[in-house]
Amino acid sequence: MNDIALIIPEVTLLAVACATLLVDAFVGRQRPAATFWCAMIGGLVALGELASYVPETVRFAFAGTYRQDVLGAVLKGFILVLVLVSFFYAREYFRKRATPHGEHYSLALFATLGMMLLVSANSLITIYLGLELLSLSLYALVALQRDSVKSSEAAMKYFVLGALASGMLLYGMSILYGVTGTLDLSELLIKVSVSDDKRMLLVFGLVFLLVGIAFKLGVAPFHMWIPDVYEGAATPVTQFIGTAPKLAAFAMALRLLVDGLWGLAEEWHQMLIVLAVLSMGLGNVLAIAQTNLKRMLAYSTIAHMGFMLLGLLSATASGYAASLFYITVYALMSMGAFGVIILLSSRHSEADELADLTGLARRSPWFGFILLILMFSMAGVPPFAGFWAKWFVLKEVVQAHDVWLATVAVLFSLVGAYYYLRVIKIMYFDEPLQPAAIEGGQDIKLVLSVNGLAVLLLGLAPNALMSVCVGATLPYLPWQ
Amino acid sequence: MLEQIIFYAFSALVVAAGAMVITLRNPVHAVLCLVVAFFASAGLWMLLEAEFLAITLVLVYVGAVMVLFMFVVMMLDINLAVLREGFAGYVPVALVFAVLMMVSIALVVGPKHFGLALFAAPLPHAADYNNTLALGRSLFAQFLLPFEAAAVVLLVAIIAAIALTLRPSRQTKAPKPERQVQVRRADRVRLVKDMDAEGTP
Repeated sequence: MNDIALIIPEVTLLAVACATLLVDAFVGRQRPAATFWCAMIGGLVALGELASYVPETVRFAFAGTYRQDVLGAVLKGFILVLVLVSFFYAREYFRKRATPHGEHYSLALFATLGMMLLVSANSLITIYLGLELLSLSLYALVALQRDSVKSSEAAMKYFVLGALASGMLLYGMSILYGVTGTLDLSELLIKVSVSDDKRMLLVFGLVFLLVGIAFKLGVAPFHMWIPDVYEGAATPVTQFIGTAPKLAAFAMALRLLVDGLWGLAEEWHQMLIVLAVLSMGLGNVLAIAQTNLKRMLAYSTIAHMGFMLLGLLSATASGYAASLFYITVYALMSMGAFGVIILLSSRHSEADELADLTGLARRSPWFGFILLILMFSMAGVPPFAGFWAKWFVLKEVVQAHDVWLATVAVLFSLVGAYYYLRVIKIMYFDEPLQPAAIEGGQDIKLVLSVNGLAVLLLGLAPNALMSVCVGATLPYLPWQ
Repeated sequence: MLEQIIFYAFSALVVAAGAMVITLRNPVHAVLCLVVAFFASAGLWMLLEAEFLAITLVLVYVGAVMVLFMFVVMMLDINLAVLREGFAGYVPVALVFAVLMMVSIALVVGPKHFGLALFAAPLPHAADYNNTLALGRSLFAQFLLPFEAAAVVLLVAIIAAIALTLRPSRQTKAPKPERQVQVRRADRVRLVKDMDAEGTP
């Protein structure tokens, strides 16, 4: 009974997802708003339950397969907020197209449940099942636009590559289980740190595990699916994939590498350096060549995730805090950037080409300004939140005495600044192709404005979020 | 000794059938090979004293899932020539990587690191050991949360399959039973007077 009390937010979310499905099936056709509000209110209830109890110590439940701690509570809170905000954007997109879309909300809620399981997993099995629940819902979300050839192709690619990555992850897990005889991460932690004679086998398993993590985060060289899926999926689905699941993948990396395989920190430190440098290089350079905005943001994701890994690989509590800050800020920025695309899109156009942004500042000065904030922030220009995200991570890298790595990161960020600034140039200095004003509901305009201003505010007062991140990763201090 | 012979026989069968699944040209034959691979894996599980799992594998996978697969494969009209276009171009690169992977895996996961000297064989259970009971205990006690999560994964699979295939907007020819049972004689039968060519009764 005590165990169930710990997973009340998850149970609520499952109930809400099923209720949303039923509401959509019975009244969704006549009242599409009912489905939306069911998902939204249910999500808020789950968020309230999460916020009502912040655990101070680590507690285990369900025979050690579930773990409750501050980091889990914070990450789940962030994930739920991001998901609920993305619902507003999704509603606007589908309202413009007048297509039925009730499954979008329930599948997204199931994906959220998967993310929450992933975040509080303490066993290889829970991690795998949470990941599968998340991935399966995402494949379906991408494929949901059945009439679009692009979406179907993207879903197929995502599914096949995702299945391959899951296979790799499972193989790595099976090796770890074979060597240590346990699925429990806490036991794994002890067994890995004492077994020196079987180190080679453990590293072998670690390699496959890292492939799975890298695929989920979308870092090079396991990034092949990102550009196609980002471009092919409907914009709200891309937005969903590009925000909350990144936090979940970060949690998965932290649980597996730090909570489970801390004994192999020396090895994964090296491997993560390779992944990070490759991603920052490939992502930033290839993004320059893109003319499609969604594709450009896809390559920018790869670069950002590479940058985020720098904090993780420093293997200190403050490094994890910097990474957590980075990935949260990134999720916020990417939410806003895709939000602008959704706002600009109309019934017949996705508005996802760079050319669609020409003269945006003249068509709508306010939303031009919002996109300006987002682009400056992504490029890492002070005083926006993206600057602080890069700053905290770089500080950790320098403190870990990897100065060359910090130099590489800064150089690639400079390369990246080019394509972000190009967007601003197109918005502010080019003549608009179509002078029409922007059409969109009041709610999405409000949400988008708050989203953009949040990035600005976090840039002016980064310590508010950073103290939460430090508090969440504080329990990791003793292992240093 | 006998156990080893059986093990190697079943393992060879699994590997051979697995290779056939991905190389055979006819998809129906590929599915049949997958059935063989499942049978052989069930045999391996028997050797591990996992009798219940072995029987479930045969009953569920071979009996139900693969039959379903067979229906799907036979109903899909896949043009293999188009699918194989440009396939040959990747073979040399793929082969190099596959061989590299295989050699490195064989080097690590060989008897040198995974041998009986390092990992002792588990003791055989007594003849009256209840396998199914132990499985049920761990499924509903130790792994309760993962078990429930797996159920949700299956639920999502059902939802996804229905959402992707059901098209309510399309004009379907499906009968509506609730309207069929409400039909009365007057709705269907209209009595007309028998007339000849001139129009007189």
